[in-house]
Amino acid sequence: MLVSIYRYNPETDSKPVMQNLQVEVPAGRDLMVLDVLALAKEQDPSIAYRRSCREGVCGSDGMNINGVNGLACITPLSAAVGGGKKLVLRPLPGLPVIRDLVVDMAVFYKQFEKVKPYLINDEPPPAIERLQSPEERAKLDGLYECILCACCSTNCPSFWWNPDKFIGPAGLLQAYRFLADSRDTATTARLSDLDDPFSVFRCRGIMNCVAVCPKGLNPTRAIGHIRSMLISQGT
Amino acid sequence: MVISVTNLSRSGLSDWIIQRASAVILAAYTLCLVGSFLVHPEMDYATWRGIFDNTAMRIFSLITLAALCAHGWIGMWTISTDYILPLQFGSAATFLRLLFQGACILLAVVYLIWGIQILWGF
Repeated sequence: MLVSIYRYNPETDSKPVMQNLQVEVPAGRDLMVLDVLALAKEQDPSIAYRRSCREGVCGSDGMNINGVNGLACITPLSAAVGGGKKLVLRPLPGLPVIRDLVVDMAVFYKQFEKVKPYLINDEPPPAIERLQSPEERAKLDGLYECILCACCSTNCPSFWWNPDKFIGPAGLLQAYRFLADSRDTATTARLSDLDDPFSVFRCRGIMNCVAVCPKGLNPTRAIGHIRSMLISQGT
Repeated sequence: MVISVTNLSRSGLSDWIIQRASAVILAAYTLCLVGSFLVHPEMDYATWRGIFDNTAMRIFSLITLAALCAHGWIGMWTISTDYILPLQFGSAATFLRLLFQGACILLAVVYLIWGIQILWGF
């Protein structure tokens, strides 16, 4: 299998290059892309990438695999290359490259921080816990599962052009996660913080985020719910 | 909250609603014009003039023109804040963006005033 890997060290290289490596893939098994990357790293130990849990939980190894963002650890090689013979690995698009497949996610985390991703409740805490009905709890399904891998936000053109202003699909999914939480009492303030032309309304609804989310989540639907809540509050 | 002083209404929600409401007005006016041509297959100047002598049609046209200006400005502002950035134009981006935005506003105002003159000036 021919593996083409984006190589770039901003401290020493004037521009990125694609390094081609011939990797022997064991016959009869469908390796994950992360396994192929590990085999490539055996040939060239200087290849840099992030990985940790290797089972799609930590979100460390988000990268652009044959043009599609995804987690290398849960993307089978067969699905990545289709009928082709070449595996092409690039860093997540739109974020500054620290080295090879490792990107600087500071701006992504900054947007996450902006939505105040924690429960705000100014009422006195009850003796044991704040209760929710099963129906109220069910509203958080499809929202809380996000692992912040950044595959969605870095696949969004609005986030590419305005990463410092548009919160992006990952951050907005979390914004709605707390707007939808029956225990949160800061709904009005949260919505007021989002009513500017960039934070939410840069979403043009092209659903690139939905197409690549490795967890099968739907940020576009969450953004639609936020918009509906803004309309209810603001009109 | 991101501060923006050049978008139409300062509020993202308000811009979003104006853009959609104006789109409905533009679609309705387009249907109205297409209907006029279907009802008058032999459209000539006198018929055309007769349609626009009607005050209701003039009011509808003026509302549509205002909707067009608002719709166009929201769209062009969005384009300018997506594609005229330091990412593409370096340090000249702010100047170029303001220049582009100024030209769009000027064009919209000219069309609006010119449209009023055409509708009520003759």
